[in-house]
Amino acid sequence: MTTLMEFKEVDVHYGPIQALKKVSLTVDEGEIVTMIGANGAGKSTLLMSIFGQPRISSGEIIYRGEDISQKSAHYVASHGLAQSPEGRRIFPSMSVEENLLMGTIPIGMQHADEDMKRMFELFPRLEERRNQRASTMSGGEQQMLAIARALMSRPKLLLLDEPSLGLAPIIVKQIFEILKDVASTGMTIFLVEQNANHALKLADRGYVMVNGEIRLTGTGAELLLNPEVREAYLGGH
Amino acid sequence: MDIVLQQLVNGLTLGSVYGLIAIGYTMVYGIIGMINFAHGDVYMVSAYLTAISIALLTFFGVQSFPFIIFGALVFTIVITGAYGWVIERVAYRPLRNSSRLSVLISAIGMSLILQNYVQLSQGPNQQGVPTLLSGAFRFYVGDGFVQITYMKVMILLIAFTGMAVLTYIIQKTKLGRMCRATQQDRKMASILGIDTDKVISSVFVIGSAMAALAGVLVTLDYGAFDFYIGFIMGIKAFTAAVLGGIGSLPGAMLGGIILGLSESLFAGLVSSDYKDVFSFSLLVLILIIRPSGLLGKPAVEKV
Ligand SMILES: Nc1ncnc2c1ncn2[C@@H]1O[C@H](COP(=O)(O)OP(=O)(O)O)[C@@H](O)[C@H]1O
Ligand SMILES: [Mg+2]
Repeated sequence: MTTLMEFKEVDVHYGPIQALKKVSLTVDEGEIVTMIGANGAGKSTLLMSIFGQPRISSGEIIYRGEDISQKSAHYVASHGLAQSPEGRRIFPSMSVEENLLMGTIPIGMQHADEDMKRMFELFPRLEERRNQRASTMSGGEQQMLAIARALMSRPKLLLLDEPSLGLAPIIVKQIFEILKDVASTGMTIFLVEQNANHALKLADRGYVMVNGEIRLTGTGAELLLNPEVREAYLGGH
Repeated sequence: MDIVLQQLVNGLTLGSVYGLIAIGYTMVYGIIGMINFAHGDVYMVSAYLTAISIALLTFFGVQSFPFIIFGALVFTIVITGAYGWVIERVAYRPLRNSSRLSVLISAIGMSLILQNYVQLSQGPNQQGVPTLLSGAFRFYVGDGFVQITYMKVMILLIAFTGMAVLTYIIQKTKLGRMCRATQQDRKMASILGIDTDKVISSVFVIGSAMAALAGVLVTLDYGAFDFYIGFIMGIKAFTAAVLGGIGSLPGAMLGGIILGLSESLFAGLVSSDYKDVFSFSLLVLILIIRPSGLLGKPAVEKV
């Protein structure tokens, strides 16, 4: 397997606070990798640092053989990395269709119609609401829109930040089923989650982050059975 | 009756000009959350460029009015747009992560630089362009009549066409979507691959181009200008932008029309000496009663 993205001993600081400490990890082509950790562990910082927001203070972020840690966000986005960020960050006063079109910036509009059709097959709820303002949609629909928008750029690596955040269990289940479909197309996914149960079941491999450090790593199945993980992230049962 | 109608006609033309200039204030505010204090002076520069372009065209023997106005529009809009681009580069971009106060001071400095630069290079005296289009339509109403000059008809046509084209660009094109995305969430826009610095530059260029459109039209109609006209016009257009809801594009156009109409009615029915006082009082009133304006969202952060 070829390595698609690799973090090498990455540190990130917010002023005096160190949010990531010597973080190293790899994501191979075609893999589903997850990073689980409690609120404040540093998961979002990790995903945003790929886009230079914030910039890492030491280490390297290698993507397809190139250190992208000092590149601009739009450079990173135009080279095949797409993110559905924490809190979704859809454009509230744009329609669903317009939000999807925003995903096509890196590749241009030539596949827009075809890809939008694909998104509507994947997320039928979005098709019903295609001309509606995004702000009028439910949290689950907004999350679907954020994922679909990221997919519209035909990414080589899909980055997902807590797609389960604030959603009812039944919606979370739906979203993870859709992610399984996306994964089955061969898409490489790096998913950060607090919802360890869903994330580890979906993932090939996982990392556990505690206070900005990687504490454990293993296959999804191994981590699901790990007593420490069960105690801390799966409610002890 | 005829005086009311006459003032409504005058107010609509004036308002369309305010609206064009207000667009620059509102779009820049929308995208970087700052008032561009140099915007009135950009309008002033465009008046000089109009005169220069007319002089150049006449020098090269262009006589027909449609060619002159077309040439003046293209020349002035392109060069004024370049001014907007430079202003953003010099006064705003280096301070992207600085405090609002620094940016404010930098913008005021830019305004002073433009005024002094024009005063030094063009002289402090009032200048003018010749009347190129005269004549008017007259409509008889009761005992009196309402008159609208050909020039004012042209202002209305060109100004509203400009606003319609801009609205189309913002609503329907990729550039427009990139502007709106950057305005709504700059960080997310950059993660999606938008070069937000470029978008911000284009907003300054678009705003300056719209001010230039207004500058050409007013200069051709009114004839006279000096290096200080940007101040009053700037405050009027800013009032229009605040009235419509700063940050809102339709708001700027609507605010311009409403301000132009009410100012003209005030001038015709109450006192033309105090029409500026009227507009400034209106600005103060809106800021007190409804700072978010007619179509704006309630402000989270006050300037
Ligand atoms: N913009 C910021 N400024 C200062 N500290 C921040 C900022 N963003 C996050 N942090 C801090 O960095 C740490 C990691 O946060 P975050 O990456 O959001 O964690 P997670 O996504 O795992 O919940 C937390 O202690 C948080 O308070
Ligand atoms: Mg987070």
